[in-house]
Amino acid sequence: MIGIWFRTWILGIKSLLLHPLRSLLTVLGIFIGVASVIWLLAIGEGISVKAQEQIKGLGADNIIVRSIKPPSQAVAVTRGPAPYGITRSDFDKLVATIPTIRRALPIREIRRQFRYSDRSLDGRLVGCTPEYAEVTLLQLDRGHFITDADLAKKNNVCVLAAETAGALFPFENPIGRSIHVDEAYYVVIGVCKPRNPTAGIGGSLAAQDFSKDVYIPITTLRDRIGDMVVTQRSGSFEGEIVELSQITLRVTNVDHVIETADAVRATLASSHRQQDYGVTVPLELLEQARTTRLMFIIFMGLIAAISLLVGGIGIMNIMLATVTERTREIGIRRALGAKRRDITRQFLAETIVLSIVGGATGVLGGLLCGPVINTIREGVTQAFPEVMATVPEVMRTVSPVIVPWSIPLAFFISMGVGVIFGIYPAMRAAAMDPIEALRHE
Amino acid sequence: MKLAARVENLQKDYLLEGELVRALRGVTLEVPEGDYVAVMGPSGSGKSTFLNLLGCLDRPTAGSYFLGGDDVARMNDDQLSYVRASRIGFVFQSYNLIAQLTVLENIEVPLYYQGRISAADRRRCLELAELVGLASRLKHRPAQLSGGQQQRAAIARSLVNNPYFILADEPTGNLDSVTTREILDLLARLNADGKTIIMVTHEDDVAHHSKRIIRLKDGLLQSDVRL
Ligand SMILES: Nc1ncnc2c1ncn2[C@@H]1O[C@H](COP(=O)(O)OP(=O)(O)O)[C@@H](O)[C@H]1O
Ligand SMILES: [Mg+2]
Repeated sequence: MIGIWFRTWILGIKSLLLHPLRSLLTVLGIFIGVASVIWLLAIGEGISVKAQEQIKGLGADNIIVRSIKPPSQAVAVTRGPAPYGITRSDFDKLVATIPTIRRALPIREIRRQFRYSDRSLDGRLVGCTPEYAEVTLLQLDRGHFITDADLAKKNNVCVLAAETAGALFPFENPIGRSIHVDEAYYVVIGVCKPRNPTAGIGGSLAAQDFSKDVYIPITTLRDRIGDMVVTQRSGSFEGEIVELSQITLRVTNVDHVIETADAVRATLASSHRQQDYGVTVPLELLEQARTTRLMFIIFMGLIAAISLLVGGIGIMNIMLATVTERTREIGIRRALGAKRRDITRQFLAETIVLSIVGGATGVLGGLLCGPVINTIREGVTQAFPEVMATVPEVMRTVSPVIVPWSIPLAFFISMGVGVIFGIYPAMRAAAMDPIEALRHE
Repeated sequence: MKLAARVENLQKDYLLEGELVRALRGVTLEVPEGDYVAVMGPSGSGKSTFLNLLGCLDRPTAGSYFLGGDDVARMNDDQLSYVRASRIGFVFQSYNLIAQLTVLENIEVPLYYQGRISAADRRRCLELAELVGLASRLKHRPAQLSGGQQQRAAIARSLVNNPYFILADEPTGNLDSVTTREILDLLARLNADGKTIIMVTHEDDVAHHSKRIIRLKDGLLQSDVRL
């Protein structure tokens, strides 16, 4: 049996080499199909892995409540700044009434200018508690983060994000120096390591770029700056009164996240008359991202299936032409003793050779996905930087992740396509009447 | 005397556009081993039909055809294929070599469909190529050979399975007179070595190289003359 197939394959390869260009073009159809299966799945996976990483960066067991400026405020400016957003009493109520909350972080953020000697930087002044570093996965490069004592004593201390430190202290060690914010000075006690930004996931949660932050105790911030923030906008001053920008809640157990989120929503709804806050649950987003990923895979799979179908039709077309062209040969072989199944096998072997070659090169082409995409991206960035700037962020940064199972899948599908689209021409060849076939010119 | 083939009351009907065509209407013939038969007859007399039946490419409507004790008239397609691969050698008017194979590979083809190829078989293929004078052309493709050389390769191929007889359908029909002589000499030599040959021809000159001429007319055996 093995001997017969081996000979049949050698014969198939010889016959295919009689028409090298034709065989090459047929293989190309399968190659594109297989490579596109791997490419599309890899790109889809790359996008979804990145999204999931960003969501996980928020913490799967966290619930994030943020203040949102309600739209009605914009109109009612005349009566002066009105308070909005989550309050310290919201914070106390949440912590007191929901037992599944393990830890709660009040956060207040203001845009400010940081100065040191003649250097300055616009960034985010973050009032927070000592747990902030752990919950948001901040890692310290030098010094230490804000302590309970700093919080209790409302110390004028600060921790700098990596980029802030680099901008204000390009040459010297910032620890122990004081930076200047508004009228106050804060002594630098720590510097963070660089950190990846988290996702901006619509709703209340904008993308968080931690690179230009300065962290101070939230008690200090309340003391020095207060709840009222005045910003200058197109000549006129605008004031806002916000007690807390965000509360990050950590739940005792991931299983309790959803019910806790419901309780948080209910608690806040009872004390807020307008929707001046938003609740973001990374776990829910993660589940959404997984659903999106599944739909993406199905969609990409569909596109890939269509391209394989086209490749298969190409094979069938060529094989039908080949069978007609070689009617005489079929007649000769039948006269010399070939059974119908010998003829079927011979032509099937040719389509399988075509699809294996297409499948194997397609897999190689698929594996080149990452390098090829990077090369194209670099090329475009160098040649047309302004075009690249307008391209969505995902396209600029996504790195494809080869889905391991897509390789055997693509390969076996290509074999299957070869067999399915090859079987009909092969059976047609075998069904020929030997006498008719011999008479064929 | 042992028979290479025997047909009895062989009949073949065709249905052509609803009308029955009786291509063979009852042919009875015995071909002893070592015979050299020329089949003649006017166009439409049933020569090709008869040859197709003898070559097991088709099944008769009625009658029997004995090939080494088996009635091949009752066999199914696979069995007929095996009989063709193992007991019959074909030589065609237009040589019918396979274009993508070399001379040696063409000679081997019937062996593939018989099952295995042994080292002895390979040696035999080389001997046959030598016998027909193509020892120096083993790696050539059919397109690189003259008509006479192609027909000699085809004759070598027809011998490779040690057939009960060689069935030659106008083997010199495409050849010039010099090459025709060569081929007829080769066939005569093979017959002298004991090979049984059944050859269709419409040329008297060619027919007279055989030992026995049978004539068909309207699907019936009209005459059977030993030379
Ligand atoms: N496949 C077929 N279908 C219908 N009629 C056929 C077929 N083959 C042969 N015939 C008819 O059978 C008769 C004998 O044909 P054939 O054996 O080809 O004669 P010859 O080879 O002597 O010219 C002719 O009348 C021919 O038309
Ligand atoms: Mg004829």
